[in-house]
Amino acid sequence: MDTQDKQALQPSQDQIIYANLLVIGVWAGIFIMLVTYSIYLFELLPAHVDTSLIAKVWNKGVGEYLEITHSPHGWGWVGLLAKGDFLNYIGFTLLGLMTLLCFIVLLRGYLRQKNWIFSIIAFLEILVLSLAASGILGTGGH
Amino acid sequence: MLNTRVASARWSLVSLMVFILSCPAAVFAAEQATTDSGSKPWWFWPLVLFVFCLVLGVLAVMAGVGGGVLYVPLVSGFFPFHIDFVRGVGLMVALAGALAAGPGLLRRNLANLRLALPVALIASACSILGAMLGLYLSALNPDIIQVCLGATIFGIAMLLLFSKNTEKPVVTKQDAIGLALGLRGAYWDDGARESVEWKTHRTLAGLIMFILIGVLAGMFGLGAGWANVPVLNILMGVPLKVSVATSKFLLSITDTSAAWIYMNRGCIIPLIGVPSIVGLMLGSLIGVKILAVAKPKIIRYMVIGVLLFAGLKAIDKGLGLGFLG
Repeated sequence: MDTQDKQALQPSQDQIIYANLLVIGVWAGIFIMLVTYSIYLFELLPAHVDTSLIAKVWNKGVGEYLEITHSPHGWGWVGLLAKGDFLNYIGFTLLGLMTLLCFIVLLRGYLRQKNWIFSIIAFLEILVLSLAASGILGTGGH
Repeated sequence: MLNTRVASARWSLVSLMVFILSCPAAVFAAEQATTDSGSKPWWFWPLVLFVFCLVLGVLAVMAGVGGGVLYVPLVSGFFPFHIDFVRGVGLMVALAGALAAGPGLLRRNLANLRLALPVALIASACSILGAMLGLYLSALNPDIIQVCLGATIFGIAMLLLFSKNTEKPVVTKQDAIGLALGLRGAYWDDGARESVEWKTHRTLAGLIMFILIGVLAGMFGLGAGWANVPVLNILMGVPLKVSVATSKFLLSITDTSAAWIYMNRGCIIPLIGVPSIVGLMLGSLIGVKILAVAKPKIIRYMVIGVLLFAGLKAIDKGLGLGFLG
């Protein structure tokens, strides 16, 4: 196998950066999720919705569930971070934001390389993910 | 030395996870708080869900499908949660599994970033539309979603059964779009002990297929590995191992946008979400280790059997027949 073949087998620099970011974010996400879930289960912070009530209404549609439990939608959970159950949304949000963060770093790399096609693709993906995360779409209806 | 420390830290974290997720049983056993049905305390289902998702995580990575495609029909069939929450968490589960598997697949050059990016852009944009449509239909009547989900799962099982994936497809000439996007690469096949070069053909047709894949993934909270793999492999001519790995990585992008729609709508309950996500992530890590040396055909038939049953179960539940319990 010559040097060129060996190079072809190696992942690109972008791939390595993406992988490194992802691994940090994922393990941080797991750790935060475990900590906040422990706080929730051990009732170190009061929960907004009692666990027994959740078990009674988790078989109902989301609209009815939110109404019965007086739970917010969209980014409304940020206002309830002092509650043990809504504290868990920090971990969910971190997982949801990881791809967005990775794409911002990727875009910077592609722009430096003057790789215009992939710069545009990465930019459009950032727009799509930001729109989805913003809560502008799909939060109504109940 | 560093590797040993990292491995040691990782196993400490794994032990911590198992401990914490097993805590509800120990801490709350005395309470015996029960659900409406009067038969199970509230902590019973989250605990069973954790173990269930651990197994699903291993199977999902090895089969190159998102955790969601197994999670959604099986959990909606056997657990007491509404389909809205199952789909929302299903997407988070698929997302978390894909995020956990992503770094390993990218570093080994099995998942290819250049191949994934254009495809992911189309699929993720369309998964938003799918998620919104799915939530609308579910608000009308959840049984519609349940039956459509069952039919889709059954179709997926048939697709996997009759589609002829090729380990190393022969692509004689790359098309113009594939060439312009640089959709080619090489990877080391541990099983065959050789380097394998690849390039795509029929790229435009493949990209169009990802519109449909995105909509279905968002609508049913399924992830999309079941469709990614045949489109990448059979249609676009990407080797099976690269297709499976790139598909898994793709899910981390496609499912992110759909998951945000469900999360913003309130479809993710921590009590269901955390045991599912952590279980799947642990399972995915184990699955990635096995993937490098596993034989895809064996895994394929195993997953087809599970999917056939899951599809029938979802149809049975949606139509209220009760044949499958």
